[in-house]
Amino acid sequence: MVALPGENTPAQPSSYDDDGKPGFFARWFYSTNHKDIGTLYLIFGIVSGLIGGFLSFMMRMELADPGIQFFTNEHQYLVYVSMHGLIMIFFMVMPALIGGFGNWFVPIMVGAPDMAFPRMNNLSFWLLPTALICLLISFVVPGNANGNGFGGSWVMYPPLSTTGHPGPAFDFIIIGLLAAGFSSIFGAINFITTILNMRAPGMTMHKMPLFAWSVLVTAFLLLLALPVLAAALFMLFTDRIAGGTGFFDPSRGGDPQMFQHLFWFFGHPEVYIMILPAFGIVSHIVSTFSKKPIFGYLGMAYAMVAIGVVGFVVWAHHMYTVGMDVNLKAYFLAATLVIAVPTGVKIFSWLATMWGGSIRFSIPMQWALAFIFLFVVGGVTGVMLANAGVDAYLHDTYYVVAHFHYVLSMGAVFGIFAGFYYWFGKMFGVQYNKWLAGAHFWLFFIGVNVIFFPQHFLGLNGMPRRYVDYPEEFAIWNQVSSFGAYITLAGVAFFFLMLIEALILNRKRVGDNYWGEGATTLEWTLSSPPPYHQFNTLPRIEDNDGH
Amino acid sequence: MRSKNTIIALVAAIILAILSYVVLAFVGLSGARGDGMPVDGLGGFYLQDSASPVMDDLTSVYNLVTYIISGIVAFVVGLMVYIMIRFREKANPVPSKTSHNTLIEVVWTIVPVLILLVMAIPSMNLLYKQDVIKDTEVTVKAIGNTWNWAYLYPDHENVDEIISNPLDETQAKAEGKPYLLATDAALVVPVDTNVKVLVTSVNNMHSWTVPSFGIKMDAVPGIINETWFRATREGTFYGQCSEICGIKHYYMPIEVKVVSKAEYAKWIANDGSFTSSVADNNLGSGQTAAQK
Repeated sequence: MVALPGENTPAQPSSYDDDGKPGFFARWFYSTNHKDIGTLYLIFGIVSGLIGGFLSFMMRMELADPGIQFFTNEHQYLVYVSMHGLIMIFFMVMPALIGGFGNWFVPIMVGAPDMAFPRMNNLSFWLLPTALICLLISFVVPGNANGNGFGGSWVMYPPLSTTGHPGPAFDFIIIGLLAAGFSSIFGAINFITTILNMRAPGMTMHKMPLFAWSVLVTAFLLLLALPVLAAALFMLFTDRIAGGTGFFDPSRGGDPQMFQHLFWFFGHPEVYIMILPAFGIVSHIVSTFSKKPIFGYLGMAYAMVAIGVVGFVVWAHHMYTVGMDVNLKAYFLAATLVIAVPTGVKIFSWLATMWGGSIRFSIPMQWALAFIFLFVVGGVTGVMLANAGVDAYLHDTYYVVAHFHYVLSMGAVFGIFAGFYYWFGKMFGVQYNKWLAGAHFWLFFIGVNVIFFPQHFLGLNGMPRRYVDYPEEFAIWNQVSSFGAYITLAGVAFFFLMLIEALILNRKRVGDNYWGEGATTLEWTLSSPPPYHQFNTLPRIEDNDGH
Repeated sequence: MRSKNTIIALVAAIILAILSYVVLAFVGLSGARGDGMPVDGLGGFYLQDSASPVMDDLTSVYNLVTYIISGIVAFVVGLMVYIMIRFREKANPVPSKTSHNTLIEVVWTIVPVLILLVMAIPSMNLLYKQDVIKDTEVTVKAIGNTWNWAYLYPDHENVDEIISNPLDETQAKAEGKPYLLATDAALVVPVDTNVKVLVTSVNNMHSWTVPSFGIKMDAVPGIINETWFRATREGTFYGQCSEICGIKHYYMPIEVKVVSKAEYAKWIANDGSFTSSVADNNLGSGQTAAQK
């Protein structure tokens, strides 16, 4: 609950506006302020995104032509594949969406002065750079006889991750992922407590903004899924010790398929962990720029809950070819198709929100509209892959790569950029340059489509994933795909130009609610940037407010 | 006025959906198809040509689902485009405040369920056809190794284990075979015969796949998985290891040679060799099928 004035707190300074910002080091390294921690998360996400993006760019360079051009040690290529996946998921998308925007805006949106456990929030953040350092160390320590680093893909299936990589590289990854996992669990506890207990008077659950709903569902997914990953990682860790356990070692009665079940029991909810906050962000943007309240608010909120719940019982559709009983496959086929229903509800509710609206195509809205389009494309190929029979052809081909990059690299990442531009003025007080932001959007949008759409064709034609070299029949679409990487790179350059321009020129401050009448959530009642401590007097939500 | 808009939007979206079907029918689904291997060039945007009854069914389920999902994408895009034009700020300066419509919310929940049901029935049929093994006539065993495939004929002890290594680039070029697909020793099976494949691994996981037969089965150490196929025509069919298995993951292709039943019987009688001489059957394993 919120502390009332005079309740075992020292006397407030007489000057109400003295926000008491600490000095630089204390502010950014001991930070307990949710907005500062959110900013740190965003910076961290950008840095990790650069590392992960560099790895993928090198992969596209290599695959531009048949033959091996850059990765004369093929092990190095697999290391890049594995680290690209791990870094983008755990250190770019999750920190940016949950840590960044979640920390910044969930407390404000529910009308709370800060997160429930500010010091744990600090711990959550600082575990992440520690984890990233562990992962970066793994690049330069021996993985196996073929070279440094871990080349067993982000799924880390044994025996490739146990006997296949005896060196310390994978141990560093286990330690790093455990640290990142604890960071997320602490963050999840913090969000759940904040959202359930610290809502402002009158802010009932059914009035709560959808972004807060999305983070609440995400936090529960994190809380339930990550311990399973932690357990699976510990089991790998003890399996790797000579003379240790044999959980996944068939010669000692273990079962390598068991790891896959444990991993995907975490891994599938993880997919929704990455996309749900983007759903929340897009909902706000669509509503703001259509100048209309969200259509079917309750349906939207409970569709996310449904996606979260069903997301826990579909995991084995990632492993149709592992040799499961056919009835089990039939169940996972049916359960996976069910997820399309709440997802469809969300898509149609966004369209209905725009219907009858007065739509402005500002930069955040462009990203949100692109998100909807790309997510539909990625979603329907997911329906294709849910069919276990067809998956026998498509499993582990580039069709799968195209599918999950459409929902993540374009879904989740477009959600991140949409939120970034939407709240840019709110977070930093200045507005971005529209021309630079527009160039970023269009180059990025065209670029990622040129990268990933041809990968559907590669998969249909039979090209498997994680190949450093391929038969020359696949050359043309690979070339097109690599060309898309150059366009995307130019888009990324404009993103940084936009950042530098905005933060160096430091134009005049934007107003409290620079998007106008459509923006109705609580962050638009505060100054831009918000005061160091907001809501010294808690806001009161009226009965007919909002939805 | 409002209902008129709705009708125009729906009609526009449906027209777009129909257009996408036409485009798909002429471009996508009738594109060039690889015969037992990927097809070269810009044509390669479709499944490889079918060579088994399971792959026939798989192709038709794929087509059905592709029609449905392309229609959905076209429908959503059509609606989006209409909304973006009709309800842009200039055209519609005063937004409505509608935020509920129970009927439409029920419709967009029920209709997807019906579409999914239409899809699920043939998909389930395919799954059971693919996964329930027919009366086996020939059994072969594929063993994944780092990094090649070994094939065994458990019913024919006279046929030595075949070690199937990829041809290197110069060798493949010299023999006019596709590099990274061709091997020095193919798995030989008879046409129009139910072949059961037992798949396992001796170390890392691998996955044994032949796209033209519509099968893919992981090779897991300590576990013997089984799958089946029935090749409907003679020829050579290629696949590539489909589960990450380490540094040479890209360099352990699968080559299946489908021959007539008579030729297969001869091949078995010759201890796994196409040459009629029985004198060379004391050659080491791995050489047998390469004698051709």
